[in-house]
Amino acid sequence: MSTQALPGSVPPPRRAHTLREGMGFSGERIFQALCWVAIVVPLFLLGVLVVDIVFDAWPRLSWQFLSSYPSRRPEQAGILAALAGSAVMIVLTALMAIPVGVGAAIYLEEYAPDNRLTRLIELNISNLAGVPSIIYGLLGLELFVRAMQMGRSLLAGSATMALLLLPMVIMASREALRTVPHALREAGFALGADRWQMLRRVVLPSCLPGILTGIILSLARAVGETAPLITIGALTYVAFLPDSLSSPFTVLPIQIFNWVSRPQVEFHRNAAAGIVILLLLMLLLNGAAIWLRVRLQRRYA
Amino acid sequence: MAASEITAKIRLIETVDARQHEFATQGVDDPSAPVKLRTKDLSAWYGDTQALKGVSLSVYDRHITAIIGPSGCGKSTFIRCLNRMHELIPGARLAGQVLLDDQDIYENGVNPVRVRQRVGMVFQKANPFPTMSIRDNVLAGFRLQGLAIRDGNSLVERALRHAALWEEVRDSLDRPGTSLSGGQQQRLCIARALALEPEVLLMDEPASALDPASTAKIEELMIELKKDYTIVIVTHNMQQAARVSDFTAFLLNGELVEYNPTPQLFTTPSDPRTEAYITGRFG
Repeated sequence: MSTQALPGSVPPPRRAHTLREGMGFSGERIFQALCWVAIVVPLFLLGVLVVDIVFDAWPRLSWQFLSSYPSRRPEQAGILAALAGSAVMIVLTALMAIPVGVGAAIYLEEYAPDNRLTRLIELNISNLAGVPSIIYGLLGLELFVRAMQMGRSLLAGSATMALLLLPMVIMASREALRTVPHALREAGFALGADRWQMLRRVVLPSCLPGILTGIILSLARAVGETAPLITIGALTYVAFLPDSLSSPFTVLPIQIFNWVSRPQVEFHRNAAAGIVILLLLMLLLNGAAIWLRVRLQRRYA
Repeated sequence: MAASEITAKIRLIETVDARQHEFATQGVDDPSAPVKLRTKDLSAWYGDTQALKGVSLSVYDRHITAIIGPSGCGKSTFIRCLNRMHELIPGARLAGQVLLDDQDIYENGVNPVRVRQRVGMVFQKANPFPTMSIRDNVLAGFRLQGLAIRDGNSLVERALRHAALWEEVRDSLDRPGTSLSGGQQQRLCIARALALEPEVLLMDEPASALDPASTAKIEELMIELKKDYTIVIVTHNMQQAARVSDFTAFLLNGELVEYNPTPQLFTTPSDPRTEAYITGRFG
């Protein structure tokens, strides 16, 4: 009896659904439009900037510009010293920051016990990544230039830069290490490997693309850093190539900064040309990161 | 007894009956069969949660021992204690003894790495190393431990034949291990474990993620392998336990309820809880 419908209780009429429903100004559409604007506006601004810079720089972009030292005469000035300084500094910085950063990441991710001290260290690393770069410059000035008596040298600059990059390298490497599935580590242990063997043969090869990408992106940032190097006293007028680790040096952003701050329009053109070279260098590094990642992933996918 | 329970029971009885000849010729209930692994009062914890409560049982040499029980009964924990994988989980603790050939693997001074070399493991989800080719996956145990490989080609072939995978991959040994199908990947993982020539092979639900055809292959393989290896398999599939194992242990809430020769456990269980579980009244 109870399972039968009571007389007169007609089921409510079904709402008529049409397939066209919801195609007006729905939340979905508005959100889509906002997201579209969010991507187009920065791209447009970047485009305007690049076009403007290249337009300014065009007459100065030549082999002569790349192969000359700075000069009082803008048409004879070039960025050879700055380019060499940047290149050598990046290599030195990488040599210092990569082993320490990756090592610290491996320790924190794989070996460190989960206790208060470890969490304190982790918190501080995240905070350090957000510290303004000029603070690192002050640290470098006090520690490397004065206390360790390195002087205003390439070595002091690279060491300061390495300090600046460390938190970023550590965090990027930890992220990469975390992407390796737990099942693979267990498989390694179950095959009789100890932790180091498992890390070396299983975990590191799997997350190498991620670690390398993180490192290269940090290095790309270092190429553009100016403040810490100005703080430790990199020179702005260098008419020679760095010949040793203790040699004074300059880098691209400092050279650009120097030219921009001069009154003559001709020097501004030089600055624009320097910016184009700097952008190309960054593009090259980022491209290398993508290339490496794709290549390594294809090999293992 | 409900009809469904009777059918479940009948199917299990039919399965073990079909193996009667095998059991008769093997003498599985021979208590004098040599013991390979023995646990004594084994308890295990994850933090404050006790997962195993004083389990004592003997695993016989060159036989298949199945561990059954509902989800969360501690069966995976149990076999992870047999090759010291349990302790790799943060907060995991353990008490009691596990004797491998009468030597306690938890004794002071025992290197867990040496234990795992003698007691291999295959996991629920196939986990070949994505950065290695099929060949390198088989040799992974040697590479990981930095052991010298003598005559790698024949080693790879032997292990893959043992795992019934050779014919399918002989022409593609340099392709990535992850390019294989799920069932093939699982057999690759078995080959990888066998290459190290362990004495005991632990299998944690090795076929639960596989289709019926691949499952059948893995089961055939286990029966083949027990000529040379002692196998402990965790399974939530009672039919599977009835099809392949010689002994079956039933775990419930971390306790060993019953441990008997497989035909006995499935036809005349000595504990009412076993009866209830195998007829599908819970779990």
